[in-house]
Amino acid sequence: MSTTPDGRLVVATDGPPDSGARLVDDFTPDLIEVGTHQLCPGCGEPVAMRSVVEILAELGLVERAIAVFGIGCYTAFSNNLDVEVLQALHGRAPSLATGVKRCRPDSIVFTVQGDGDMVNEGLQEVIHAAARGERITCFMLNNGVFGETGGHMTATTVLGQRTKNTLEGRDPAAHGYPIRLSDILAGIDGVAYVARGAVNSAGNVSRTRRMIQRALDAQAAGLGFSFVEILTMCPTGWFVETQQAPGYLGDRLAPVHSTGVLKDLAAGGPGDS
Amino acid sequence: MTYRLMEGSEAIAEAMVAAGCRFFAGYPMTPFTEVLEHMARKLPAVGGVCMNAESELEAVGMAWGAAATGTAAATGSTGQGLSLMQESLSEICLARLPLVVLNMARAQGDYWQATRGGGHGDYRHLVLAPMDISEAVQLAPLAFSLAADWRNPVLVFGDYYLAHTSRSVEVPSPSPAGLAPADWALDGSSGGSGHAKLISPLGDAKQRHGVGYDLSLHYQDCVEATRAMLEGVNPMVETGYVEDADVIVVAFGTPARYVRAAVREMRQDGIPVGFIRPITLVPFPAAAIASAAETAAAVAVYENNQGQMVDDVRLAVLGRAPVHFIGGLSLDSSGFGIAPDLDVAVIRSRIEEVLRAAKEAP
Repeated sequence: MSTTPDGRLVVATDGPPDSGARLVDDFTPDLIEVGTHQLCPGCGEPVAMRSVVEILAELGLVERAIAVFGIGCYTAFSNNLDVEVLQALHGRAPSLATGVKRCRPDSIVFTVQGDGDMVNEGLQEVIHAAARGERITCFMLNNGVFGETGGHMTATTVLGQRTKNTLEGRDPAAHGYPIRLSDILAGIDGVAYVARGAVNSAGNVSRTRRMIQRALDAQAAGLGFSFVEILTMCPTGWFVETQQAPGYLGDRLAPVHSTGVLKDLAAGGPGDS
Repeated sequence: MTYRLMEGSEAIAEAMVAAGCRFFAGYPMTPFTEVLEHMARKLPAVGGVCMNAESELEAVGMAWGAAATGTAAATGSTGQGLSLMQESLSEICLARLPLVVLNMARAQGDYWQATRGGGHGDYRHLVLAPMDISEAVQLAPLAFSLAADWRNPVLVFGDYYLAHTSRSVEVPSPSPAGLAPADWALDGSSGGSGHAKLISPLGDAKQRHGVGYDLSLHYQDCVEATRAMLEGVNPMVETGYVEDADVIVVAFGTPARYVRAAVREMRQDGIPVGFIRPITLVPFPAAAIASAAETAAAVAVYENNQGQMVDDVRLAVLGRAPVHFIGGLSLDSSGFGIAPDLDVAVIRSRIEEVLRAAKEAP
């Protein structure tokens, strides 16, 4: 580890660290109760989860918020938030969120789901909720792989991506093509906001945080259904080195699932990121 | 006391709203459809919500979400639609949420689905089986209060006749108190307190408790809650002429009315037969059946299916008397459950056969 002339530490990120990890401070956000988690090193989901709860706090919505969780690695956070949580079945979070929101119209209701949960198991749920203009926000953490089962193909897996059941890479002749869910949802009436962000760089995290804020703003304003897809790293499920995962996301996933604001009714159309 | 001529579907909808139901979600399917129609009309008028769900999967999901807010919620379908809902129903039991579920069944082929459940895992839900519209109206508030008291789904097992026939019923008056607010219900307000609520089929322990997900602990808790519920709910049953009966006939739901009429007619002719009609199918009134079987020469079971409840009757009788199945699937061409066998003379002749065989036995 080297230092800059003014004495600040420089952490090399282009190779493995020269010493083991050590805890230098506790940066756990207030709304995450236990800071340690058992997700893999390099996982993007904790970054996405942290971004969501920090924006909730910044917007002053914590005491109105009800989260509905799907099933995936991120479910590890469902019993670790200082936010009310309703745990759903795999794929079914949008209907549960609908029932919650219709009975508690003043609450801020959001789902946390993965690509396997939302695009594989429960695709009709999110599409119907969107078309109903349901005043909920759905967050999809998309890493293009079933992480919890150990790295299997989902409906968003990109062509050529190696998974445990597409060992030679996803081949469209055998396995079909990836679904770009944000693009589908942006075309549905009743949808107020759709954006796709990523957490593979500090800049992308900042842009994603703005998207989360816009989506929750749209819900609070009663504009309709809002949706943020967040591309997250899964080095374990991608079978790449931890430090290569952000680059893999940018090189392989982002060209197919391209980031940006796809719909923003409040701004009169697509936004600037 | 006001009486009105109502179709069963409307009477059930009215009774549910009067019992405090404020959320309903459903997907049309004969003969359940009209319940949905009436709920769609009646609920908004009292500030409730009725969702025309895009599928049964979404209907039960919406009702699950509504239940988690402490709102008295219900959903339903026919047995076919309930097949789709089973995954959620078992999880709702494990999440310990109250919910009322209607099965406007076609005939009685869903007894096992209702009492065993088609879902995964170690769960049970209570089952009420009204015989007619008046009883359905009486059982509706009980279904909601049992669900709330035991934090567990309650299934109301009806059929085509219940949904689609009309009779004069006492219009239920709205329950003035409504349901007590539940301390576990979600409204968002516990967020940021350090004790935010969690409702989950994986248990409500949080990582800060140092437990995390311990499904063995949670499932043991659920088993204990289920045991307490099954022991705490008194089985409901109607019995007639059982004390000196040579043959006891057991039937539930619509067919039980025909069985009861046949038994009454036979009694008027001096023939010693009796009937037992389970009103709760879970818990099953095994004690009432066992005690009647002590003195009877035979027990007969009439169901409009291939014989499902007969298993529970045999378990209750435990060899005290021979158990004969005298029912059978009896349908019209639509399969909806208009049963040619639902005829007092037909049922009487089958009971007489059992009686003859019992007298001939050594």
